[in-house]
Amino acid sequence: MANGNEKVSILISKGSLESVYPGLILANGARAEGIAVNLLFTFFGLEAINRRHYEHLKVATVGNPGLHVPTLIGGLPGVSTYVTRQMEQKIAELDIPPIPEFVTLLSDSGAKLYACKASVELFDLRRDDLIEELSGILTMGEFYEVAAGGQIIFT
Amino acid sequence: MTPTLIANHFIDLDAEGYLTDPMQWEERVAHDIATAHGIFLSDRHWVVVRFMRERYMATGCAPGIRVMGRESGVSVRELYQLFPGGPVRLAAKIGGIPRPKGCI
Repeated sequence: MANGNEKVSILISKGSLESVYPGLILANGARAEGIAVNLLFTFFGLEAINRRHYEHLKVATVGNPGLHVPTLIGGLPGVSTYVTRQMEQKIAELDIPPIPEFVTLLSDSGAKLYACKASVELFDLRRDDLIEELSGILTMGEFYEVAAGGQIIFT
Repeated sequence: MTPTLIANHFIDLDAEGYLTDPMQWEERVAHDIATAHGIFLSDRHWVVVRFMRERYMATGCAPGIRVMGRESGVSVRELYQLFPGGPVRLAAKIGGIPRPKGCI
């Protein structure tokens, strides 16, 4: 395997568009190199595998200094939707799939997708709120079992 | 660039083992590179390898996994079964084209 990496477990803990993509891109890049991948969605990261929400993730336009939009303006109605649409267009131009297609692509690529049990309970979610491709809802102990022997990346 | 003897021909490879000149490629070269990666080329492998190569020769750009899954006639799931070490890079290497540069 590339660089001696055989397995990587990537945690996705935030639910904005720009917070979810990096973890998915890391995961896809690892599979492309033949590296085994676990993805654990925790806290607001669950948005990326919530079948009602995952098509509608938005760019954070408040509290996001890298965007160079003043917080007061970022908070106005419609700004987040507008910026999100702009970014989605750029992402599509780069041939990067939208989140729902990306998650399915990763599952088809052999990446294992998991939800964090404590977070699922925190948000009162049920199994059928989450996408079909999910391999399981894990406690931390179970997560460390599947992650054993590989690297863990928190995003 | 290192000339390497593959299938009785001297082939120019880059540091990662990709052909630097796609015109030096032929089917026996593909078989030898695949074997070196533990792959015995079946008809399904050939569908993928030919798709990669034809796309590269036509456009100068190797497709990524998303396009392969959509347009090669082989699903993403099967692509990873055929090439567990990574379908994009291995099909490119076996097909005698440069390493694809895309992130996806």
